[in-house]
Parts: sequence; C-alpha cells; structure tokens
Amino acid sequence: MPPDSPPAAIPAPDLPTSIPPGLTALFVAFAKMSLAGFGGVLVFARRGIVDRHCWMTADQFNETYALCHFLPGPNIVNLSVVFGARFRGIPGAVAAFAGLLGPPVVIVTVLAALYAHFGEIDALRRILAGVSCAAVGLLITAVFRMMMPLIRRRDLVGLVFLAAVFSAIGLLRLPLQAVLLVAIPLSIGITFAMRRRAAA
Amino acid sequence: MNPDSNPIWTLAWTFGLMSLFAVGGANAAIPEMHRIAVDVQHWMTDKQFADVFAISQLSPGPNVLIVTLIGYRVAGVAGALVATLAMCVPTVVLAYYVSRFLGQTSHSRWPAIIQTALVPLSLGLMGASALILALTSDRTWTAGLVTAFAAVLAFATRVNPLWLLLAGGCLGFAGVI
Repeated sequence: MPPDSPPAAIPAPDLPTSIPPGLTALFVAFAKMSLAGFGGVLVFARRGIVDRHCWMTADQFNETYALCHFLPGPNIVNLSVVFGARFRGIPGAVAAFAGLLGPPVVIVTVLAALYAHFGEIDALRRILAGVSCAAVGLLITAVFRMMMPLIRRRDLVGLVFLAAVFSAIGLLRLPLQAVLLVAIPLSIGITFAMRRRAAA
Repeated sequence: MNPDSNPIWTLAWTFGLMSLFAVGGANAAIPEMHRIAVDVQHWMTDKQFADVFAISQLSPGPNVLIVTLIGYRVAGVAGALVATLAMCVPTVVLAYYVSRFLGQTSHSRWPAIIQTALVPLSLGLMGASALILALTSDRTWTAGLVTAFAAVLAFATRVNPLWLLLAGGCLGFAGVI
C-alpha cells in the first residue's frame, strides 16, 4: 500500500521510484501529457510515466496499456484511471482523469465555439478540408502499421475477421452494437478453440 | 428511446452506450459517431463531420475529444461536457473494476485470449473509420492525392504528424483541394 505522504505540489523530474505520486502530481503530470499529445497521447504518456517520473517500469506500463487496450473506450483515458487508482485509489483515479481530460476539453470547447461562429467562412472551411484530408492519411497509416503483425504472422482468421468487420461497418453501414455482439463472441470462441487445439 | 426528447439526454445515452462498444478506442467508434450524428439524428452535415474530425486532430489531448465537438454542436457547453463524460465514464468504471479483479487473479490466460480476439475487430473498425472519413473528406481527386501523400509520408518517415496536418491546412487554404 502506498504510504500516506503529503502530495508533492510539483512533480520533480528526479522523483525516486519509491515515492508514489500525490494527487496534485497526478493531475499535473496527466495534464502535461495530454496537452503535449497532438494526434495521440500514448507516446507522451509513456515518456512521462516511464522515462520522466519513473512511476512504472516499461514492462509495467506495457502490461497496463494492454489491459486498457482490450477494454472498450478511449484507451488512454482508461489508462489514466487504472494508473491513478493504483497509486492513490479512487481519488487518484479522479485526479488523473481530470488532468487528462480537463484542460483539453476546455481548449476543444473554445474551438467548438469559434467553429460555431466562424465555421461558414470560406478560408476556414478550405483549411479544415485540407487538414482533414491529411488526418485521414495519418489514420490509414496507423491502421496499416497495426495490421502488419497480423499479415506477418499470416493470421488468416484475424484477417478474415478484420475484413468482415470492415465490410459490415464501413460498406454496409450496420450499427456498431449489432456487429460487435456477433463478432466478439465468435472471435473469442474461435481464438479459444484454436489455442486449445494448438496446446493439445 | 424517443428522438424528440431532451438532446442532452440523447447525447448521454448515445455516447454512454457507444463507449462500451468502442473496441479499439475512439478512432474505432468514428463510423458509429458518423452514422448517428449525420444519418440518424441529423445533428450535422457530412462536411461538418469532416470539419469536426479535423479540429479534433488539430487539438491536443486524446482522440476521444471529437465527441466534445459533436456535443457542443448539439447542445452547447452542456452538450460538450455531457458527451465527453458519457463517452468516458462507463468505460473507466469498467477499467477500474477489471484491473482490480485481474490484480487479484494473476496467471489468467483470458486477458491474452480476449486481446488476440479483439485486435482484428478493432482494426476492422479503424479501417472503416478511415474509409468513411475518406468518403466525407476526399471530394476531389486532388484531395484524395493529399490523403495518399500524407499516408505515404507518415508511413515512410518519422515526421511529426502535426506538420502533415498543418501542410494539409496550407494546401486547403491555397485552394488546392
């Protein structure tokens, strides 16, 4: 259990591993990671938690992230809560969650208000159209990068499931819940059966 | 649910339910967000959805903040807050309890099996996101070219994605797209 030492007001760069972060430190650290994270916070979260603050080893971080990745919802938001709770219980979870989401939500809300006022201006529309074209390119790259392990392993079952979900959602435009309520049990069942056969 | 009811309530249950099905994170839920915001509820046009996606990518913070923008569009600041919390709170409560449960029962092989089973599904969802966003954003062949170019550059180099987004914005401003 973490000792109840008073929270450090500012996270010192050389915080020893033995001292668990306080609530303020959690809030500030996650706010910083979040505000640094353009196009994804994961890299900055790893840098902050593992390299800068030494709050977790790289393996612990990977393990925690893997857990948050197989759970539904925004992975990094899940990570903030699991991480905060590990050190400071529910108050820690709330502090990390608020740090991660609070500041960027304020920024995005201001941007949303600006867009509501100026969204019809032609120059802005053109700029956003350009940004969104590039952002789609980045998304395509991210998907391909993550597909590479499946292709390299010649994971035929995985690729079939990938193609099926892609078609159901992207081409047929079926509702997400309906597709996943079929796909998740099927995929888990087949994965389990294949593991058993491989082990036998 | 009655679509004529309070829009705040509609946002809350729409995103609250969606969050529990967002396997692979916020980017995997984009097709569902588009389906509901554009096709079902008519909260915004196709073009506005593409704009909202662009703004969310330009902003710091997790990708999930696209729901903040959708919420604001529907019901102002209250809508922004409700949509964000609805998209995050159910799953973090789940994550909290699952992590505590797994902390007690180590050596379970189920997390690994579930993860292996879910990765292809989340990739399929993200692929669908890319397709739908490409269909809403890339209306001209030059726009498609910018997308392809950004994808290749991001794949082949380690350039900061923010530069690619800004370059896209400049090309858009110049009227190329």
